[in-house]
Amino acid sequence: MTINYKNIERRVRINGIAKVIFSMSTIFALVVLGMLLYRIIAGSIGWLDFKFLTGKLSIFPEKAGIFGAIVGSLGLMLIVIPVTLVLGVSTAIYLEEYSKKGKLQNFIKINIANLASVPSVIFGLLGLSFFSRIMQFGSSMVAGGLTLSLLVLPIVVVSSQEALKAVPGFLREASFAMGASKWTTIWKVVIPVAIPGILTGAILSISRAIGETAPLVVLGIPALIMKVPTSLMDNFTALPIQIYYWTLDTVLTPEYANLAAATIIVLLVVLFLMNSVAILIRNKSQKGF
Amino acid sequence: MRASLDNDLKAIHLDIIKMGTLIEKTIEETITALVNQDVILAKSVADGDDRFDKMELDIESKCISLIARQQPVATDLRKIFSIVKIVTDLERIADHCQDISKLTLDLAGQTYVKPIIDIPKMAKQVREMVKMTIDCYIDQDVIKGRLICVNDDIVDNYFKIIFNDLERVMREKPDGIKQCMDFLMITKYLERMADHATNIAEWVIYSVEGIHFSGND
Amino acid sequence: MAHSNEKIVYDVRDLNLWYGQDQALKNINIQIGKNEVTAIIGPSGCGKSTFIKTLNRMIENIPSVRTTGEILYHGTNIFDKTMRIEELRTRVGMVFQKPNPFPKSIYENVLYGPKIHGIKDKHILQEALETSLKSAALWDEVKDRLHDNAYSLSGGQQQRLCIARALAVQPDVILMDEPTSALDPIATAKIEELIDSLKADYTINIVTHSMQQAGRISDKTAFFLMGELVEFGATEGIFSNPRDKRTEDYITGRFG
Repeated sequence: MTINYKNIERRVRINGIAKVIFSMSTIFALVVLGMLLYRIIAGSIGWLDFKFLTGKLSIFPEKAGIFGAIVGSLGLMLIVIPVTLVLGVSTAIYLEEYSKKGKLQNFIKINIANLASVPSVIFGLLGLSFFSRIMQFGSSMVAGGLTLSLLVLPIVVVSSQEALKAVPGFLREASFAMGASKWTTIWKVVIPVAIPGILTGAILSISRAIGETAPLVVLGIPALIMKVPTSLMDNFTALPIQIYYWTLDTVLTPEYANLAAATIIVLLVVLFLMNSVAILIRNKSQKGF
Repeated sequence: MRASLDNDLKAIHLDIIKMGTLIEKTIEETITALVNQDVILAKSVADGDDRFDKMELDIESKCISLIARQQPVATDLRKIFSIVKIVTDLERIADHCQDISKLTLDLAGQTYVKPIIDIPKMAKQVREMVKMTIDCYIDQDVIKGRLICVNDDIVDNYFKIIFNDLERVMREKPDGIKQCMDFLMITKYLERMADHATNIAEWVIYSVEGIHFSGND
Repeated sequence: MAHSNEKIVYDVRDLNLWYGQDQALKNINIQIGKNEVTAIIGPSGCGKSTFIKTLNRMIENIPSVRTTGEILYHGTNIFDKTMRIEELRTRVGMVFQKPNPFPKSIYENVLYGPKIHGIKDKHILQEALETSLKSAALWDEVKDRLHDNAYSLSGGQQQRLCIARALAVQPDVILMDEPTSALDPIATAKIEELIDSLKADYTINIVTHSMQQAGRISDKTAFFLMGELVEFGATEGIFSNPRDKRTEDYITGRFG
């Protein structure tokens, strides 16, 4: 076997070409993103100020503020966070630690993974019929929150499962070898190690929930609410809904475009912050291992 | 699988055989020199002892090196350990040849006060024993080994006969006392050579079977 | 026949074990003596790890495992319904090949066992901590940094920490599955010294693939081959004059 040195030249050239192609794709994506951001930032100049953030909603664009929508979105999160964490992590623990490997377990796992790809509007329909009508939560934050919880639940389950799976077997072994029961091992060894992964998954799912519009539209969440909600059963509005309706009505009132742009920026900043936190948590956990 | 260990062991094994074969020859020469009062032969035997000392050191250092590098266990360990013990006994046998030859030189030129008959017979027996011992080692033959231990009694017997004989001669011919004392020493050396041959046989049995067989039972 | 002999800790009778259809242990009969170090040697796949994991029933974490036969621990069959696995594993500790401390502080690691068994008294815990770390020859090295993460220790120290962790629940048997294979010679020597000192108070079974280690530290040696116990006896005898040719061939390195 002799090494063909001519081949090396060819491979180096191909490597160079590949590098160019991949950098171009990245640049393309960055350019598109840049264009989008520019459009939005341009549209929001002069409209995004403290008055906007703290003002109440109004059909008059100059007077409109998104305080109510902010409260609404926060209220949703107050429901989504505990519900998804408790339900999602418990499901993941059951699937990973307790259920026996076999057809049933596979069946459940596949279905949960598939739920993640169901269009969000369908969840809206589910929320409407079950939470709004049957449970009579109407268009309250409870209804909206529970609907969104179901939407992002598969994400939390799958990412929690991955986090649990990633806990090395030898740690569990060490615990069992000391006479610990399964639950003790899960509670004291597995979960503490899996928390960064679980949290990351939770944060990512919540950032998705914050931006979801379709289910809220189906639930009939309005864009204009005079009263700022004070309890979870109150009617409310949320940031994505504001963006949606303002964008729709831009034909009639051009200034609505600027309001929408400003709101988008708020939403983007919130999402950016949340994702940064998720990345920070992930990085810290990787170091500690 | 342990080619390196096996090769080293084989090399040492051959060294022992070589040493043993040379010792057989040396015993032959020692006895001939004694019987024929051959001064030249006796001198060459006496001077030639150094090579046996060198062989012993050489084999010993090979053994130590093998133990350090290969950490032998079980049969390998017993083989090596036995070799270390056997080489010592071989070297002692060679030493005694030198001792006998020196006494032969001492007795040079003198007429033997009595014709020596039993001593050559005893020497022949000893030579046969050593030869059998070397064969026993080469073949790792424990049956032969046990036989050698029995033959030691024959040599001891000769020793007793010669001892009594010499005692009688010394009483009858006081001028011959010095010669008789030399003969007595020679006989003692021969008896020790037989003992060493027996030891070697016992170590061969240990190497093969893992138990100590004491020929003196 | 069934009397519980004080000198025998484990009496294994006709133990057979299958992974699904494959038989991994065939008719094992062996008695492990109290306060002795028993080495278990044999080529890869001979069943030695399987055997030692059966002694504290850790092998049952593998779903397809099936056993027949008895293992009497101080006279009681460990497969009996009356024997609680958690209790067995408290009395029979285990140290693994790759050191596996929890990603917690040294303090939390050592006291994991006592805490999960409900011990809350700070004084008792502190005493257990010190005693275990001292027995594991680690106290002096870590006494000033008990709240440091266990992962900041070297490999050898981590393994001693795992030993301290096992000792903290006051077992009477310690099972070791190739405890020094991942360690350098100096760390290995420290652990071997430790095993020698632990012998006085504990019964130790150690699986090792190093002939020399078995020779150095064990009182008795068991040689496993293809699931069978070929020979078992005093280490000296096994290493100077083994009875079975297969044992001879293995320990002299002529196969496996």
